[in-house]
Amino acid sequence: MAAPVKSRVDETASAVQKLTIGKALNLGLRAAMEADDKVIVLGEDVGKLGGVFRITDGLQKDFGEQRVLDTPLAESGIIGTAVGLAVRGFRPVCEIQFEGFIFPGFDQISSQLAKLHYRTQGRVKVPVVVRVPFGGGIGAVEHHSESPESLFSHIPGLRVVSCANPADAYWMIQQAIACDDPVLFFEPKRLYHNGQLKSEVDTATPGGPLFASRVVRQGTDCTVVAYGPSVKVCLDAAAAASEEGRSLEVIDLRTISPLDLGPVFESVRRTGRLVAVSEASSESSITSEIAARVQQECFYSLEAPVLRATGFDTPYPPSKLEEHFLPDLDRVLHTVDRAMGW
Amino acid sequence: MPSPEQWTHPEPGEGPAAQAAQPSREQVIAGLRNTDAGGAEVTQLLTPEGERIASPQFDRYIPDIDPEALRGLYRDMVLVRRADREANAMQRQGQLGIWVPLLGQEAAQVGSGRALRPQDMAFPSYREHGVAYTRGVDFKELLGIFRCTDHGGWDFKAHGFHPYTIVIGNQVLNAAGYAMGQKFEGKVGDDEGEATIVYFGDGATSQGDVHEGFVWASVYDAPLVFFCQNNQWAISEPTERQSRLPLYQRARGYGFPGIRVDGNDVLACLAVTRWALEECRHGNGPVLIEAFTYRMDAHTTTDDPTRYRLSDELEVWKHKDPIERVRVHLARGGHADQAWFDQVQAEADAFAADLREFCFNMPEPPPDRVFANVYADPSPVLDSQRDEYLSYLAGFVEAGER
Ligand SMILES: Cc1ncc(C[n+]2csc(CCOP(=O)(O)OP(=O)(O)O)c2C)c(N)n1
Repeated sequence: MAAPVKSRVDETASAVQKLTIGKALNLGLRAAMEADDKVIVLGEDVGKLGGVFRITDGLQKDFGEQRVLDTPLAESGIIGTAVGLAVRGFRPVCEIQFEGFIFPGFDQISSQLAKLHYRTQGRVKVPVVVRVPFGGGIGAVEHHSESPESLFSHIPGLRVVSCANPADAYWMIQQAIACDDPVLFFEPKRLYHNGQLKSEVDTATPGGPLFASRVVRQGTDCTVVAYGPSVKVCLDAAAAASEEGRSLEVIDLRTISPLDLGPVFESVRRTGRLVAVSEASSESSITSEIAARVQQECFYSLEAPVLRATGFDTPYPPSKLEEHFLPDLDRVLHTVDRAMGW
Repeated sequence: MPSPEQWTHPEPGEGPAAQAAQPSREQVIAGLRNTDAGGAEVTQLLTPEGERIASPQFDRYIPDIDPEALRGLYRDMVLVRRADREANAMQRQGQLGIWVPLLGQEAAQVGSGRALRPQDMAFPSYREHGVAYTRGVDFKELLGIFRCTDHGGWDFKAHGFHPYTIVIGNQVLNAAGYAMGQKFEGKVGDDEGEATIVYFGDGATSQGDVHEGFVWASVYDAPLVFFCQNNQWAISEPTERQSRLPLYQRARGYGFPGIRVDGNDVLACLAVTRWALEECRHGNGPVLIEAFTYRMDAHTTTDDPTRYRLSDELEVWKHKDPIERVRVHLARGGHADQAWFDQVQAEADAFAADLREFCFNMPEPPPDRVFANVYADPSPVLDSQRDEYLSYLAGFVEAGER
């Protein structure tokens, strides 16, 4: 093990910094590594290159090659060895380069990572975080724009989360690393370096529990629930709707498995309407689960069926067509209109 | 067939003395990226200085390569490089979403591609534009992938060139299965037999799929040539991040021959690949070829190699340029004069200009393309999603908004 690293955060600096999601993740990882020398980062190109999105930028330089591992090019290897490292007492943080490349590691995730704690009756903890940049809208080629999170939500024993703003990025990644359960951490890649989202992050005070959804805009006419990249779309839609006198309540799920639907039920009981938004295809997805549970819990409050604005049930199209595939502001508003007109 | 010494790995020593003679860890790592392409391990027929090296083992695979044929290989490489540079430039100008450059790998691709026969099948990864060209796939047909209008729509059967595969290593198993099929259908065994070739990088050799591909091809004696273009880097990771053994030597562990060829030597790539395909065609099972080459440009246009690559390494490899050595050889032997080289260059420029014009005029795919061909048989659910979406879009047109 390398010698403990001196803190790189300038302690005299203010605890409030203006950050993008990408930079917040970078600083969050750094803080977690400083706090616990058992935290190690592993993945393809995470070292010198700082990851293809630069989220691990500078970490290898400061923490050394035994804490930031450029791994051989194999996702099953990355996740499988992370399981072993965790059993040994480390807290590995794996980076998967793009969500479309997680599947060689799917076996290790579903067979070992998710089940070891259960199989050993709690004797073995596997505090592994798998960071997965996901979602579309970046004009990329195949396999670089998908939203496979529902597949992982179907696996008991995994926790699946997604962040949608810099403060959450900074704190959620640290909380995920500190969590004793395996966490799949889906990062909205198209928002990584979005300057519009740059906002103040209080690096001294954690922003609430990790596994809880949160109302991010209050409203009275219709509830809109989303996570990750779609949260910004919904907030923009809510702003546009308010100009036309319509009040949307927006909920950021944050934890997408297990789902924390308490705030959603509570909101729907007030608004009577729900639109669930996600880039993922709709069949057998998180939005399906939300629709099922909300109709079960809020049946007598609903004024309209739960509607969804999602990716279509097709493979992710060539990116010249992604504007059609991705639920954008207009499609969210159109779906809200349908809910309101019921 | 090369002598077994060419592809076997020395037996590990037994006594402590032999152990001491084993190379150190540092030596092994240094050896992995040794740029001395004339070293004993590497099959080379044309030196970087353009000198022809006679090879008792491999010359017999290229009796037809007279000066005219060599000029043809030169022309292939110049055209492929020129088109690659044009595409790279078009990406910079915002006409392509991304480009995956092949600069420096022309000989490996043209040499191996030209070794194939019409009945053979090639499984590429995503950088094999030069192989595509040798299989008669128009460079234009590749552009849709990079302009992000399609996922690659060429007629793969007609060309014997499978769609590109981006997920590292996947295609190796697919190729193994295809080659097994060739074998099961009795298409191997004589000179007219079929064979398959699969392309992958040095980084890919770490993937489980590639290992499994080796196992499958081996135990079923599949007629499959594994063509690893070791261009020294997997994005930012050097070969030593994937292996502690020269990659071609891995073959022995799977029970088939492995050979390292100078990947910047088009003649050697052609001869060695022909040999390997012959082995497969005649039913002698798989072969691994490691083409020792170098990626002269970024991994893709989104990559920044200055973050990880040493510039002196680039300088060393520039002297091994695959095209230059053929040019020198042709010129020295009096097989081509300046006028001919100029003519090839002009042809390449026209080739590139044509590509550019095609790219600029490529039609945008219509929205209903999102829903097309998800299934072979119609899906009512998808049909209604499409209809609903198209009428939603039509609403904007009526409102004059889009
Ligand atoms: C399964 C998978 N993981 C990660 C990636 C991202 N990726 C694309 S190319 C590449 C490096 C490949 O290197 P190598 O196999 O040596 O081939 P080269 O690109 O050098 O030809 C990586 C990591 C991917 N495409 N697929």
